[in-house]
Amino acid sequence: MYGNGLKPLSIATVATLALSLSLVFFYAPLDADQGFIQKIFYLHVPLAITALIGFVIGGVFAILHLRSGDSRWDAYSYVSIHMSVIFGVAVLITGAIWAKASWGHWWVWDEPTLVSFLIVFLMYATYYPFRYAIEDRDRQARYASVFAITAGAFVPLNFMAVRMAESLVHPRTFATAEGGLPAEMMLTFLVSLVAMGLLWTTLVKFELTAKSASGQLKRLRRALDAPSSGGASRVAPEVS
Amino acid sequence: MLELLPTGAPALPLDEAGKYVAGAYVVFLVLIVVYVAIMAAKLQRIESELRELAGFAEHRANRDQAL
Repeated sequence: MYGNGLKPLSIATVATLALSLSLVFFYAPLDADQGFIQKIFYLHVPLAITALIGFVIGGVFAILHLRSGDSRWDAYSYVSIHMSVIFGVAVLITGAIWAKASWGHWWVWDEPTLVSFLIVFLMYATYYPFRYAIEDRDRQARYASVFAITAGAFVPLNFMAVRMAESLVHPRTFATAEGGLPAEMMLTFLVSLVAMGLLWTTLVKFELTAKSASGQLKRLRRALDAPSSGGASRVAPEVS
Repeated sequence: MLELLPTGAPALPLDEAGKYVAGAYVVFLVLIVVYVAIMAAKLQRIESELRELAGFAEHRANRDQAL
Protein backbone atom coordinates (compact mmCIF):
# COMPACT_ATOMS: atom_id res chain seq x y z
CA MET A 1 0.00 0.00 0.00
CA TYR A 2 2.76 2.45 0.97
CA GLY A 3 4.79 1.39 -2.05
CA ASN A 4 2.08 2.57 -4.47
CA GLY A 5 3.46 5.25 -6.74
CA LEU A 6 6.97 4.93 -5.31
CA LYS A 7 8.52 4.15 -8.70
CA PRO A 8 7.18 7.22 -10.61
CA LEU A 9 7.88 9.37 -7.56
CA SER A 10 11.50 8.14 -7.45
CA ILE A 11 11.92 8.80 -11.18
CA ALA A 12 10.44 12.30 -10.80
CA THR A 13 12.79 12.97 -7.88
CA VAL A 14 15.91 11.88 -9.75
CA ALA A 15 14.87 13.86 -12.86
CA THR A 16 14.13 17.02 -10.84
CA LEU A 17 17.38 16.70 -8.88
CA ALA A 18 19.32 16.32 -12.13
CA LEU A 19 17.51 19.35 -13.60
CA SER A 20 18.18 21.39 -10.48
CA LEU A 21 21.92 20.54 -10.51
CA SER A 22 22.10 21.43 -14.20
CA LEU A 23 20.44 24.78 -13.55
CA VAL A 24 22.69 25.47 -10.56
CA PHE A 25 25.95 24.89 -12.43
CA PHE A 26 25.08 25.78 -16.04
CA TYR A 27 22.22 28.29 -15.96
CA ALA A 28 22.18 30.37 -12.77
CA PRO A 29 24.54 33.37 -13.02
CA LEU A 30 27.38 33.88 -10.58
CA ASP A 31 26.47 36.06 -7.63
CA ALA A 32 28.05 39.52 -7.83
CA ASP A 33 29.11 39.52 -4.15
CA GLN A 34 29.85 35.90 -3.32
CA GLY A 35 30.80 34.47 -6.70
CA PHE A 36 30.90 30.68 -7.09
CA ILE A 37 30.50 30.00 -3.35
CA GLN A 38 26.86 31.17 -3.60
CA LYS A 39 26.08 27.86 -5.41
CA ILE A 40 25.76 26.34 -1.92
CA PHE A 41 22.64 28.48 -1.50
CA TYR A 42 20.69 26.23 -3.93
CA LEU A 43 21.43 23.21 -1.72
CA HIS A 44 21.46 24.68 1.77
CA VAL A 45 18.27 26.82 1.68
CA PRO A 46 15.94 24.23 0.04
CA LEU A 47 17.25 21.63 2.52
CA ALA A 48 16.48 23.99 5.44
CA ILE A 49 12.99 24.91 4.16
CA THR A 50 12.13 21.24 3.50
CA ALA A 51 13.40 20.18 6.94
CA LEU A 52 11.36 22.88 8.71
CA ILE A 53 8.20 22.13 6.71
CA GLY A 54 8.78 18.43 7.42
CA PHE A 55 8.81 19.14 11.16
CA VAL A 56 5.49 20.99 10.84
CA ILE A 57 4.03 18.13 8.75
CA GLY A 58 5.12 15.75 11.54
CA GLY A 59 3.08 17.88 13.94
CA VAL A 60 0.03 17.80 11.64
CA PHE A 61 0.21 13.98 11.45
CA ALA A 62 0.50 13.91 15.24
CA ILE A 63 -2.74 15.94 15.52
CA LEU A 64 -4.44 13.40 13.24
CA HIS A 65 -3.09 10.60 15.43
CA LEU A 66 -4.41 12.14 18.63
CA ARG A 67 -7.80 12.85 17.01
CA SER A 68 -8.28 9.40 15.49
CA GLY A 69 -6.11 7.14 17.64
CA ASP A 70 -4.94 5.48 14.40
CA SER A 71 -1.33 4.33 14.80
CA ARG A 72 -0.68 4.92 11.08
CA TRP A 73 -0.63 8.67 11.70
CA ASP A 74 1.89 8.17 14.48
CA ALA A 75 4.10 6.30 12.02
CA TYR A 76 3.72 9.12 9.48
CA SER A 77 4.62 11.66 12.15
CA TYR A 78 7.64 9.64 13.30
CA VAL A 79 8.97 9.14 9.76
CA SER A 80 8.41 12.83 8.84
CA ILE A 81 10.38 13.97 11.88
CA HIS A 82 13.05 11.32 11.30
CA MET A 83 13.57 12.45 7.71
CA SER A 84 13.62 16.13 8.69
CA VAL A 85 16.29 15.43 11.33
CA ILE A 86 18.45 13.82 8.61
CA PHE A 87 17.85 16.86 6.39
CA GLY A 88 18.68 19.03 9.42
CA VAL A 89 22.10 17.39 9.71
CA ALA A 90 22.72 18.25 6.05
CA VAL A 91 21.56 21.84 6.66
CA LEU A 92 23.96 22.31 9.58
CA ILE A 93 26.95 20.84 7.73
CA THR A 94 26.36 22.68 4.42
CA GLY A 95 25.65 25.89 6.35
CA ALA A 96 28.90 25.56 8.28
CA ILE A 97 30.83 25.04 5.03
CA TRP A 98 29.18 28.11 3.47
CA ALA A 99 29.84 30.19 6.60
CA LYS A 100 33.51 29.20 6.61
CA ALA A 101 33.89 30.18 2.95
CA SER A 102 31.90 33.45 3.24
CA TRP A 103 32.64 34.68 6.74
CA GLY A 104 35.81 32.78 7.64
CA HIS A 105 34.08 31.06 10.60
CA TRP A 106 32.43 27.65 10.76
CA TRP A 107 29.81 28.94 13.18
CA VAL A 108 28.68 32.35 14.50
CA TRP A 109 26.93 32.21 17.85
CA ASP A 110 25.30 35.66 17.70
CA GLU A 111 23.61 35.13 14.34
CA PRO A 112 19.88 34.43 15.08
CA THR A 113 19.18 32.33 11.97
CA LEU A 114 21.97 29.85 12.69
CA VAL A 115 21.32 29.55 16.41
CA SER A 116 17.55 29.26 16.00
CA PHE A 117 17.93 26.42 13.49
CA LEU A 118 20.34 24.67 15.87
CA ILE A 119 17.79 25.04 18.70
CA VAL A 120 15.04 23.51 16.53
CA PHE A 121 17.37 20.69 15.46
CA LEU A 122 18.48 19.91 19.02
CA MET A 123 14.86 20.00 20.19
CA TYR A 124 13.95 17.36 17.61
CA ALA A 125 17.08 15.37 18.43
CA THR A 126 15.52 14.79 21.87
CA TYR A 127 12.46 13.21 20.17
CA TYR A 128 14.24 9.85 19.87
CA PRO A 129 15.38 9.40 23.51
CA PHE A 130 12.00 10.79 24.64
CA ARG A 131 10.17 8.18 22.58
CA TYR A 132 12.63 5.42 23.44
CA ALA A 133 12.23 6.07 27.18
CA ILE A 134 8.57 4.95 27.12
CA GLU A 135 7.99 1.19 26.99
CA ASP A 136 4.24 1.05 26.44
CA ARG A 137 3.53 1.52 22.71
CA ASP A 138 0.23 3.40 23.10
CA ARG A 139 1.63 5.82 25.67
CA GLN A 140 4.79 6.18 23.58
CA ALA A 141 2.72 7.15 20.52
CA ARG A 142 0.52 9.58 22.48
CA TYR A 143 3.41 11.34 24.23
CA ALA A 144 5.42 11.47 21.00
CA SER A 145 2.42 13.08 19.27
CA VAL A 146 2.13 15.72 21.99
CA PHE A 147 5.85 16.42 21.57
CA ALA A 148 5.52 16.61 17.77
CA ILE A 149 2.58 19.06 17.99
CA THR A 150 4.30 21.32 20.54
CA ALA A 151 7.60 21.32 18.68
CA GLY A 152 5.83 21.69 15.30
CA ALA A 153 4.05 24.82 16.57
CA PHE A 154 7.38 26.19 17.80
CA VAL A 155 8.92 26.01 14.29
CA PRO A 156 6.87 28.80 12.59
CA LEU A 157 6.96 30.91 15.77
CA ASN A 158 10.72 30.58 15.84
CA PHE A 159 10.93 31.43 12.13
CA MET A 160 8.86 34.60 12.61
CA ALA A 161 10.91 35.64 15.66
CA VAL A 162 14.12 35.34 13.65
CA ARG A 163 12.65 37.35 10.73
CA MET A 164 11.83 40.11 13.20
CA ALA A 165 15.34 40.13 14.67
CA GLU A 166 17.17 43.36 13.87
CA SER A 167 20.80 42.53 13.20
CA LEU A 168 21.30 39.87 10.56
CA VAL A 169 24.34 38.81 8.64
CA HIS A 170 22.60 35.72 7.27
CA PRO A 171 21.01 36.66 3.90
CA ARG A 172 17.19 36.71 3.50
CA THR A 173 16.09 34.43 0.68
CA PHE A 174 13.04 36.39 -0.40
CA ALA A 175 14.18 39.83 0.72
CA THR A 176 12.62 42.41 -1.53
CA ALA A 177 14.19 45.49 0.02
CA GLU A 178 17.29 45.06 -2.12
CA GLY A 179 15.40 43.77 -5.11
CA GLY A 180 15.33 40.05 -4.23
CA LEU A 181 16.71 37.32 -6.50
CA PRO A 182 17.16 37.80 -10.26
CA ALA A 183 14.77 35.69 -12.39
CA GLU A 184 17.37 33.02 -13.32
CA MET A 185 18.43 32.57 -9.72
CA MET A 186 14.82 32.45 -8.53
CA LEU A 187 13.91 29.79 -11.12
CA THR A 188 16.94 27.70 -10.13
CA PHE A 189 16.09 28.10 -6.47
CA LEU A 190 12.44 27.08 -6.99
CA VAL A 191 13.42 23.98 -9.01
CA SER A 192 15.92 23.06 -6.26
CA LEU A 193 13.18 23.53 -3.66
CA VAL A 194 10.78 21.27 -5.60
CA ALA A 195 13.57 18.68 -6.02
CA MET A 196 14.31 18.71 -2.30
CA GLY A 197 10.60 18.43 -1.46
CA LEU A 198 10.27 15.47 -3.81
CA LEU A 199 13.36 13.84 -2.29
CA TRP A 200 11.91 14.25 1.20
CA THR A 201 8.55 12.78 0.10
CA THR A 202 10.22 9.85 -1.69
CA LEU A 203 12.42 9.00 1.28
CA VAL A 204 9.44 9.25 3.68
CA LYS A 205 7.45 6.91 1.43
CA PHE A 206 10.46 4.59 1.11
CA GLU A 207 10.83 4.41 4.90
CA LEU A 208 7.09 3.84 5.43
CA THR A 209 7.12 1.04 2.84
CA ALA A 210 10.04 -0.64 4.63
CA LYS A 211 8.23 -0.30 7.98
CA SER A 212 5.05 -1.67 6.46
CA ALA A 213 6.92 -4.69 5.02
CA SER A 214 8.49 -5.29 8.42
CA GLY A 215 5.06 -5.04 10.13
CA GLN A 216 3.45 -7.44 7.63
CA LEU A 217 6.30 -9.87 8.22
CA LYS A 218 5.62 -9.82 11.96
CA ARG A 219 1.92 -10.43 11.31
CA LEU A 220 2.81 -13.37 9.06
CA ARG A 221 5.13 -14.75 11.72
CA ARG A 222 2.39 -14.51 14.33
CA ALA A 223 -0.16 -16.12 11.96
CA LEU A 224 2.21 -19.01 11.24
CA ASP A 225 3.09 -19.17 14.91
CA ALA A 226 6.74 -19.19 13.89
CA PRO A 227 9.54 -18.47 16.38
CA SER A 228 10.74 -14.86 16.28
CA SER A 229 14.24 -14.30 14.94
CA GLY A 230 14.64 -10.69 16.07
CA GLY A 231 13.38 -8.36 18.79
CA ALA A 232 10.75 -5.74 18.05
CA SER A 233 11.92 -2.16 17.80
CA ARG A 234 10.95 -0.08 20.83
CA VAL A 235 11.61 3.19 19.11
CA ALA A 236 10.05 3.01 15.69
CA PRO A 237 6.30 2.61 15.44
CA GLU A 238 5.05 -0.36 13.47
CA VAL A 239 2.99 0.02 10.34
CA SER A 240 0.69 -2.79 9.29
CA MET B 1 31.52 39.60 16.69
CA LEU B 2 29.15 40.37 13.79
CA GLU B 3 31.12 43.49 12.91
CA LEU B 4 34.21 41.34 12.43
CA LEU B 5 32.57 39.21 9.76
CA PRO B 6 33.73 40.03 6.22
CA THR B 7 30.19 40.51 4.87
CA GLY B 8 31.33 42.87 2.19
CA ALA B 9 34.46 40.90 1.37
CA PRO B 10 35.23 40.15 -2.29
CA ALA B 11 34.23 36.72 -3.62
CA LEU B 12 36.64 33.83 -3.15
CA PRO B 13 38.63 32.89 -6.27
CA LEU B 14 37.08 29.98 -8.19
CA ASP B 15 39.79 27.45 -7.26
CA GLU B 16 39.26 28.13 -3.57
CA ALA B 17 35.45 28.46 -3.69
CA GLY B 18 35.21 25.23 -5.71
CA LYS B 19 36.54 23.21 -2.77
CA TYR B 20 33.81 24.49 -0.47
CA VAL B 21 31.01 24.07 -3.03
CA ALA B 22 32.20 20.54 -3.84
CA GLY B 23 32.44 19.81 -0.10
CA ALA B 24 28.83 20.89 0.53
CA TYR B 25 27.44 18.85 -2.39
CA VAL B 26 29.56 15.82 -1.46
CA VAL B 27 28.24 15.95 2.14
CA PHE B 28 24.69 15.90 0.77
CA LEU B 29 25.51 12.99 -1.56
CA VAL B 30 27.22 11.02 1.23
CA LEU B 31 24.20 11.46 3.52
CA ILE B 32 21.88 10.16 0.80
CA VAL B 33 24.18 7.20 0.04
CA VAL B 34 24.47 6.31 3.75
CA TYR B 35 20.69 6.47 4.09
CA VAL B 36 20.18 4.25 1.03
CA ALA B 37 22.79 1.80 2.38
CA ILE B 38 20.92 1.59 5.71
CA MET B 39 17.64 1.02 3.85
CA ALA B 40 19.33 -1.67 1.73
CA ALA B 41 20.49 -3.44 4.90
CA LYS B 42 16.92 -3.31 6.26
CA LEU B 43 15.58 -4.70 2.98
CA GLN B 44 18.13 -7.52 3.12
CA ARG B 45 17.01 -8.39 6.66
CA ILE B 46 13.34 -8.39 5.60
CA GLU B 47 14.17 -10.64 2.65
CA SER B 48 16.08 -13.14 4.80
CA GLU B 49 13.23 -13.20 7.35
CA LEU B 50 10.74 -13.76 4.53
CA ARG B 51 12.86 -16.63 3.20
CA GLU B 52 13.05 -18.13 6.67
CA LEU B 53 9.26 -17.86 7.08
CA ALA B 54 8.63 -19.40 3.65
CA GLY B 55 10.89 -22.32 4.63
CA PHE B 56 9.04 -22.67 7.92
CA ALA B 57 5.63 -22.66 6.16
CA GLU B 58 6.80 -25.25 3.58
CA HIS B 59 8.26 -27.45 6.31
CA ARG B 60 4.96 -27.31 8.21
CA ALA B 61 2.90 -28.05 5.08
CA ASN B 62 5.08 -31.10 4.28
CA ARG B 63 4.81 -32.32 7.87
CA ASP B 64 0.98 -31.96 7.80
CA GLN B 65 0.83 -33.89 4.51
CA ALA B 66 2.97 -36.70 5.94
CA LEU B 67 0.60 -36.99 8.91
